[in-house]
Amino acid sequence: MSSLIASCLLAVLTVGLAAPRAVQAAAGGPARGEVVYQRCLACHSLENNRVGPRHCGLFGRRAGTLKGYSYSTAMKNYGVIWNEKTLDHFLENPMMAVPGTKMAYAGVKDAQERADLIAYLKKATRDSETCK
Amino acid sequence: MTIEKLARVSPAERRRGFLTGFGKITLSATAIALLTGNEKLALVRSASAQMTNNDVTILNTALALEHEGIAAYQVGAETGLLQKPVLALAVQFQGQHKQHADALEKAIKKLGGTPVTPRKDYDFPKNKLKTQTDVLAFAATLEKGAASAYLGTIPILTERDLARQLASILGDEAMHWAILRQALGQNPVPDAFIS
Repeated sequence: MSSLIASCLLAVLTVGLAAPRAVQAAAGGPARGEVVYQRCLACHSLENNRVGPRHCGLFGRRAGTLKGYSYSTAMKNYGVIWNEKTLDHFLENPMMAVPGTKMAYAGVKDAQERADLIAYLKKATRDSETCK
Repeated sequence: MTIEKLARVSPAERRRGFLTGFGKITLSATAIALLTGNEKLALVRSASAQMTNNDVTILNTALALEHEGIAAYQVGAETGLLQKPVLALAVQFQGQHKQHADALEKAIKKLGGTPVTPRKDYDFPKNKLKTQTDVLAFAATLEKGAASAYLGTIPILTERDLARQLASILGDEAMHWAILRQALGQNPVPDAFIS
């Protein structure tokens, strides 16, 4: 029995050690991020709530608290404040980050694309003209 | 199950547990390999229920998009800006979105879920729709978005047959997008891949 447990633990540790580390992305580029954001436009927009919530004012907002949008209970309870780090984690695999989220999307798997997207969001969601 | 209880499980049972559990759930494969009997069954059932819930969530997202598309074509048609051949096309596309919605509703109900209903109103940029070109461009944006959305959901569906059905809808959305781009005088197929 002990050898079985030891083997399993070893396997888990080996897989953990062998798993690729998170790739360090270069600084995000808003212009490239705007291209990535085209995918998000399936459900979101900067100005209006659609299938997903509006993105204006995203940075610094607590997850699941935008008025006028009907969030999942899971997102209401998520509790994070949206910033570069929390967005990077969520966008990589939304349904894994917040089980029960309504954001049914595989995620932006490429670290550089996420960095670009976040750079764009940081700029666009504070645009005073769009986000009146 | 405690380590003491595990110790009382025979090697044959452990092997059986590992073999039957593997493939049904990958995230807890180690846990399943260690568990046997009711505990293992409970784990598999729980995981299976979660996967079904995820599929329902995915299908409801797609359904919400279809409802939005149907409403958008209605707004476009009611502007009075669409000329006859284009208007007929818009009505045809709207009809196909209704077919998508019907199919998705059936699939959701089959999984035991509750289909989302259309919103009472949508925040469409009606004030920006001043010409036929504006309406076509607006529709093209939604169709491209729909194709992207299906692309982003198909890989995470559990049921392969559902994935096939959604891929079939994706193809239709992509055709809508291409034809709208053609009508706008743009390259109908600008890239080899959709993202």
